[in-house]
Amino acid sequence: MLHPVPRLRETPSQTAGPYVHIGMTPNFADIRGVYASDLGASMLTPDTAGERIIITGRVIDGAGVPVGDAVVELWQADSNGSYAAPMGPGSNVAPAFTGWGRQPTDADGVFSFETIKPGPVPGPDGRPMAPHVALWIVARGINIGLQTRLYFADEADANATDWVLGKIADPLRRATLIAHREDGAPPRYVLDIYLQGDRETVFFDV
Amino acid sequence: MSGIILPGADGVLFPRDRAWHPPANTPGYKSATFRAPRNSLLSLGGTASELTGPTFGHSSLNALDNDLIRNYSQDGTEAIGQRLIVYGQVLDENARAVPNTLVEFWQANAGGRYRHKKEGYLAPLDRNFGGCGRAITDADGFYSFRTIKPGAYPWPNGGNDWRPAHIHFSVFGHAFAQRLITQMYFEGDPMIWQCPIVGTIPDKAAIDQLIARLDRHNTTPMDALAYRFDIVLRGRRSTMFENKLEGN
Ligand SMILES: [Fe+3]
Repeated sequence: MLHPVPRLRETPSQTAGPYVHIGMTPNFADIRGVYASDLGASMLTPDTAGERIIITGRVIDGAGVPVGDAVVELWQADSNGSYAAPMGPGSNVAPAFTGWGRQPTDADGVFSFETIKPGPVPGPDGRPMAPHVALWIVARGINIGLQTRLYFADEADANATDWVLGKIADPLRRATLIAHREDGAPPRYVLDIYLQGDRETVFFDV
Repeated sequence: MSGIILPGADGVLFPRDRAWHPPANTPGYKSATFRAPRNSLLSLGGTASELTGPTFGHSSLNALDNDLIRNYSQDGTEAIGQRLIVYGQVLDENARAVPNTLVEFWQANAGGRYRHKKEGYLAPLDRNFGGCGRAITDADGFYSFRTIKPGAYPWPNGGNDWRPAHIHFSVFGHAFAQRLITQMYFEGDPMIWQCPIVGTIPDKAAIDQLIARLDRHNTTPMDALAYRFDIVLRGRRSTMFENKLEGN
């Protein structure tokens, strides 16, 4: 079997450092006037279709201390299970839902996204994966960004047959990816991300 | 390059060479001690959720977003420091340009001081320097910005550790699995080789990829020196061979 070989090597990662908020959420870091608003701060427009939800949680280190200097990015499908089409060069059309959000953690390690519940996306085996969002976490002390997913506890049937969750044999490890639901308007899905320790989140090599 | 992504097609991106990147746990860089996952990563091979990613239109940028000398000016004057043009090409591992992708950058001021409430270094703030900017690559994958050369600064790690002059970079690519954060250093800086954060990268050839080259050709006379910093993102496996195997 012929396999193509890459010609260049990927630029190596470095930690985002203690001041990633300056670069990625400058308004949150009190650097005002450079950007009108922080990129990815708002995911919804009045035209966004789908069930409004809040996805929230904390980032916690191996000593149990909340990580207050992280950035969390979220990438998800729309309510039909489709990812936003890439915008063409020079496109000025903002879609009603881009599927991407970015939030800093605050001093208590808390991040929070106002978004919509995603629809199911086809998996590698052709069957739908359970509804989920992809997450990417960077901070001081994280040498290469951490990829993971958040699933929804009220999708138990779909979660039971999900292609990714099915790869995690240990039910305690699997549970690190499943957000519990708190009823409200909008409902909240809550998941703490543990960088290390007994409850360490399952991170991916994608 | 094909714009069509097959959901879940296994191995659509080249696997990430984790030995080329820093490991999670790096004792010389102490912040990693409690922030490094201890379990091995779960290999997915990539599904639609990782092989797609956000894109940003050029309209989302302001005219001064790539001019750190002026984009935080409080009094109409420019940031203090050695004036630089930093530019480069974003490529993938197949050496193809990555157009229309967002590149963000942030840095300390000329004295090595960040504009951040937790910053503890004595060097003074520059009231006209905020320290952040962004650009979108053009059709050939090129980005550029104007800034001032950041100063080296001390940081609490080993007692007397100093960071070499550096600029932090965030790059998107076109797939969420290409997402990358890194740091750019300056050619000829002896402090690169004593830095514990640089030292998290095992291979000297990989470190060399982070060192921008002085580019006299693109200097603006009587104004700004130029440094070139190319960035390589993960590439997609080629589809060119798909009809060649059986027939040959
Ligand atoms: Fe820095």
